[in-house]
Amino acid sequence: MNTRTFGILFVCAALAGLPSGCAKKETAPAATLAKILRFGNGAEPQDIDPHAVTGVSEGKIINALFEGLVAEDPSGIGIAPGVAERWTISDDGLVYTFHLRADAQWSNGLPLTASDFVHSYQRMLTPSLASEYAYKLYPLTGAEAYNKGASTDFSQVGVKALGDHTLKLTLKNRTPYLLQDLKHYAWFPVPVDVIGKFGGLARKGSAWTRPGNFVGNGPFILKEWLPNQRLVVTRSPTYWDHATVKLDEIDFMPVEDGDTEERMFRSGQLDKTESLPLEKIAVYKRNYPMMYREDPFYGVYFYRINVTKPPFNDVRVRRALAMCIDREAIVSDILHGGQKPAWNFTPPTPEFESSARIPYDVAEAQHLLAEAGYPEGKNFPHVELLYNTSASHRIIAEAIQQMWKTSLGIDITLLNQEWKVYLDSQNTGNYQLARAGWIGDYPDPNTFLDLWTTGGGNNQTGWSNATYDDLLRSAASATNDTERATDYQQMEQIVADELPVIPIYFYTHVYALNPKVKGWVPQLIDNRAWKWIDLAE
Amino acid sequence: MFRFIARRLLQTIPVLLVLITASFLMLRLVPGGPFDSEKATTPEIKHNLEAYYGFDQPLHKQFFNYLGNIVLHGDLGRSTKYSNRTVNEIIADKFPVSLELGAWSLLIALTIGLSAGILAAVYKNTWADYVTSGIVMTGICVPTFVLGPLLVLAFAIHFGWLSASGWYVWQDRVLPALTLGIVYAAYIARLTRGGMLEVLGQDYIRTARAKGASETRVVLRHALRGGLLPVVAFLGPAIAGIITGSFVIETIFQIPGLGREFVNSAFNRDRTLILGTVMLYAVLIIALNLVVDVVQVWLNPKLKFD
Repeated sequence: MNTRTFGILFVCAALAGLPSGCAKKETAPAATLAKILRFGNGAEPQDIDPHAVTGVSEGKIINALFEGLVAEDPSGIGIAPGVAERWTISDDGLVYTFHLRADAQWSNGLPLTASDFVHSYQRMLTPSLASEYAYKLYPLTGAEAYNKGASTDFSQVGVKALGDHTLKLTLKNRTPYLLQDLKHYAWFPVPVDVIGKFGGLARKGSAWTRPGNFVGNGPFILKEWLPNQRLVVTRSPTYWDHATVKLDEIDFMPVEDGDTEERMFRSGQLDKTESLPLEKIAVYKRNYPMMYREDPFYGVYFYRINVTKPPFNDVRVRRALAMCIDREAIVSDILHGGQKPAWNFTPPTPEFESSARIPYDVAEAQHLLAEAGYPEGKNFPHVELLYNTSASHRIIAEAIQQMWKTSLGIDITLLNQEWKVYLDSQNTGNYQLARAGWIGDYPDPNTFLDLWTTGGGNNQTGWSNATYDDLLRSAASATNDTERATDYQQMEQIVADELPVIPIYFYTHVYALNPKVKGWVPQLIDNRAWKWIDLAE
Repeated sequence: MFRFIARRLLQTIPVLLVLITASFLMLRLVPGGPFDSEKATTPEIKHNLEAYYGFDQPLHKQFFNYLGNIVLHGDLGRSTKYSNRTVNEIIADKFPVSLELGAWSLLIALTIGLSAGILAAVYKNTWADYVTSGIVMTGICVPTFVLGPLLVLAFAIHFGWLSASGWYVWQDRVLPALTLGIVYAAYIARLTRGGMLEVLGQDYIRTARAKGASETRVVLRHALRGGLLPVVAFLGPAIAGIITGSFVIETIFQIPGLGREFVNSAFNRDRTLILGTVMLYAVLIIALNLVVDVVQVWLNPKLKFD
């Protein structure tokens, strides 16, 4: 390289360097004229085909682009009509008849009919599509057999179109939470005709979900999708209730890093964050209480125990460990986000609150441990507590490690693993104690208690209890809510006695929200209907 | 020279083949698969998923299918995480972003790094040298995940001149390019200073001075050519690293580049995407090392192609 080349380089660099000093801020998308909500949406969506995804961030986008039979009401807990304007439920709770509104249509202008639902559910259950959420439809008669390939006759599945605007769902068991669950995107209709044109129905990831090709039936339509940048939806003119829709546009921003997201919020690039970093919670509470939000959330943070290996095959050891965790201290001194201590497994709702309670009793815990053969922790084997790599899991694990050491005299080692390795370790039973969490899919204790059935895919503790399994079956076939609740209370008590898991705290959803966002009500399960949300000074 | 290049290019083929095979096999050995998630699905659905992506076939068949698709169709396969995108599409979409960010950073790195390095060498052991070397050491020591957020706090949040994140308008390029560039600038400055000092003490420089060449000419014309050799050797792999994207920078500034895809694909066990990005990275490193070798021969008359 000679001097001339260098001269050129220097000049270029000087020119390139100049603007950095005098750049003016590019004005943020003008939220004053058009109502544009800029929404921190966590992970980049895998897809926006309701049959091809399982995530929460996808669900939020899908809720804007599609609508199910019923939808979330403005209060955030009730049920509002969606594509169905009204419905009837048979006395035994097994047959649901939905009357679809005549003006429901797809964004390409075609009418949305009952047969669209039938074809959508058929696609969802087609084994070769391999839809991971297909099991959400298992409450329908014959759905499980069809999805597992045991039957190839879709007419045996409990979904029927009785004319263009009447849809009948027939259930295996009385499922009192069905209407709530119908708000989940697994139950949404998809434009089968459109999908068919892009490589066939049994194909995931075809081009039908690209802007330009996309057809939905929700309050918004897809305008732009720049992967890892943003996904923009805009008001749909064909939506039956378009007069109620208040926002002109929602920009879903996939920001996975909590610190980046918080900086974007502070500089005015976001109206709502997905979460708030632990260390920012106190700052927001003190300096920006108007923007700080903590909503109850239907989830529980717990430690899974591998009950097949000593020392945890002894219930006394499990009880001893569970009884000397000071959960109040964990939520108030570590988490700061309004989380509630979990003295039982299922998070409380207005409809169900567990009467079972794990006592906080250090003396009793010491006694139990001594009885199990480890007085004052003597001879206690080497135990590892596994968690997926994350600072907040580590802090909690350290606190509990300390509590066990001071109260029981036992030493445990902390072990962190990368996410997929951690999942694999639990799946294969290659762990002793492991941090875990569970978020409910629908507001019913079944979504939590179902986990601990014998051999269930999410059990992973090796724990099995015949009475518990019977109670779950009994609750499923119960003919009234009181009977169900009694069954669930008993199951809660069994979990609290046997402790295949140690519940630690109930989640809250902590985030920052621009006070201009109106209609943003707390939701136990995040199934927001975007048409109620507004932006105003 | 052409024979040299042709031979090197031919050597690339077995290297790539070994790389693909090793990566392909290693991906099967790591714990956790693409469809493992916190909410376990039924074994039947999981089996259907494996079958959908052909993961139920024998390993050698999967491997030859994969290889065949690359050789015959240039098709790197489909992402298992982002079901509606192919690996080719993702790379075509993200690589230009990382390339652009890398180009700006490189410009900044070379400008600052070379000037600082030359300055420090020419004014060796004076205050100019100490100040520059001090700043350079700081640049090397401060990690990007500290520098990036600091720049955002100052220029985006405090002064409000630039955006905290994004990749839409040219102003969005400034902070990430600066953050990435400064680190490399620091290394380049150190290497330039070292290289220049070595050369400046040699006889041919004294000869040039004795013949009455101006100091500027001595430094920029005679000394720089030799002094740059260590920088050039460093630049090969560095450029490959810089243009394939930086996970940290892209995460801090919310840039849709290839660096994030590369790292996240490993977290997601998105096998096809991992293999695709690994191969791209390998090809770039091989190509740039070749360029470096050619440039080194050109800069250093003592070296010959052989």
